[in-house]
Amino acid sequence: MSARQIFARPARYAAIAPYLWMVLFFLVPFGFVLKIALSQTAIAQPPYTPVFDLWEGREATKAALEQLSLDNFKLLISDNLYILSYLRSLVVALLSTAMLLMIGYPVAYGMARLPQRWQAIAMMLVIVPFWTSFLIRIYAWINILQHDGLLNTVLLKLHLISAPLVWLSTDTAMYIGIVYSYLPFMILPLFATLAKQDPALLEAAADLGASPRQAFWRVTFPLSLPGVGAGALLCFIPIVGEFVIPDLLAGSDAMMIGQTLWLEFFTNKDWPVASAVAVVLLVLLVAPLLLYERLQHRQLEAR
Amino acid sequence: MASRRITRMTRFNITALVLGLAFLYLPIVILVIYSFNASRLVTVWGGWSLRWYYEFFNDRAMLDAAWMSLRVGAVSATIATLLGTLAAVALTRGERFKGRMLFSGMLYAPLVMPEVISGLSLLLLFVGLDAGRGFWTVTIAHTTLTMCFVTVVVQSRLGAIDRSLEEAAMDLGCNPLRAFLSVTLPLIIPSIAAGWMLAFTLSLDDVVIASFTTGPGSATLPIRIYSEVRLGVKPEINAICTMVIALIAVVITVASFASKLSSTQGENAVPL
Repeated sequence: MSARQIFARPARYAAIAPYLWMVLFFLVPFGFVLKIALSQTAIAQPPYTPVFDLWEGREATKAALEQLSLDNFKLLISDNLYILSYLRSLVVALLSTAMLLMIGYPVAYGMARLPQRWQAIAMMLVIVPFWTSFLIRIYAWINILQHDGLLNTVLLKLHLISAPLVWLSTDTAMYIGIVYSYLPFMILPLFATLAKQDPALLEAAADLGASPRQAFWRVTFPLSLPGVGAGALLCFIPIVGEFVIPDLLAGSDAMMIGQTLWLEFFTNKDWPVASAVAVVLLVLLVAPLLLYERLQHRQLEAR
Repeated sequence: MASRRITRMTRFNITALVLGLAFLYLPIVILVIYSFNASRLVTVWGGWSLRWYYEFFNDRAMLDAAWMSLRVGAVSATIATLLGTLAAVALTRGERFKGRMLFSGMLYAPLVMPEVISGLSLLLLFVGLDAGRGFWTVTIAHTTLTMCFVTVVVQSRLGAIDRSLEEAAMDLGCNPLRAFLSVTLPLIIPSIAAGWMLAFTLSLDDVVIASFTTGPGSATLPIRIYSEVRLGVKPEINAICTMVIALIAVVITVASFASKLSSTQGENAVPL
């Protein structure tokens, strides 16, 4: 047996504690979500029935199982509110991801072109905001976008507008907030693939007569597609379920699905419907989640 | 000639870079400047002042929330670092084992999973188990989220280490544990430290999962900030945010120092 194999066995034992933890606090909770999504709403604490217990024996469990219902899911399909907020979430996530790509790509490209020494600094500069609080960064934008905020003040001074514009509680504000918050998530994977590219490829393209523009579209961009995919997924998936940004920056006339879930749970105290919303959201995200896991896996293997 | 020119930085590259970084930093800089504003009106400049910092230190509820957040952050980051490091070791050194796919899936999914789902599912678990909600439920929730980030950070470092070092130690008579403790661990300590700090800042930042899993009377700082922000901009919030940013800046400085240490010790260090 090689040393590597001998080392592997105790290394496997290291998985036990985190494994149990994730099963208990990540996997099992989904069982609870599913169970409660199939339960009835009740005015009680906790506000749902049936609360069945596997410990109560087979008969009780069977009786409880018969009370499970798909009513909550039927409600989701029949009520426009839910369908509209699912759709809005998808549209917002798609549009934001597209904007993030258009803004993030040139920045990542510029970073990859920097001399080696500067690349590390630029990367640090992009990572730092990622470490800074999400909430604080959104709050910073409220400061700027409010009625008598900096943006309106500057625009008025420049005589670009004659009266203050309404920025807060609009979709524009929400998109600004989302793009601002997720930009590092887009730039970093793009930069990782762009920085790895051999400059000799571009030189070869130039020697063969390609203009810089042609070289970019026929060499650089196709080669960076894995980074584009990773960045897009890394942004798209969490944006679909985003709550804080639309809640603080967008208007209240249309809701994203994360807000609907929050409202059902905290305001309407309808735990079963909130759980059903979560189940559907999760199902919608399973495909991109699996794709993300694949990419993540491949990237780590490749290292 | 043409081949040299094509890899040079163009004006477009520089503009994109400068604008991108300005976009990332300007709002934060503005926030920090306005936290020193003497005026109650957030947008009217009334001269430099520390008034809003005094206000914060006299705000009992905010102080309690801040203390709660610091405790949750420290405890959850510590457990998360321990578990995340173990998971990283198992994934990089354990070769194939049963349930490995599920294991890595469970560790990657929370990285992108919408927080409303994580928060709701954990809350339902706690209610189902009849656990009293408060400090420990938030801590457990944050540990579950942040250990995944720690795993990624430590894993990328473990992947970059030359494994023949461990094998050499074992050829020289170390048992696996000894080889790990005396060879591998010193090499990954900087990334473990970076993982802890990332976990700590993530915990300090979270509002959604904490809102679901906390109980009455144990609001964290982001929950308090969030409920104040919903009512509008307040200069005191600017001051609190500035202090949080300062705290995080200190943490990042230490972390980058640690990763610099790791890059001089080993091969290429992986930041983050």
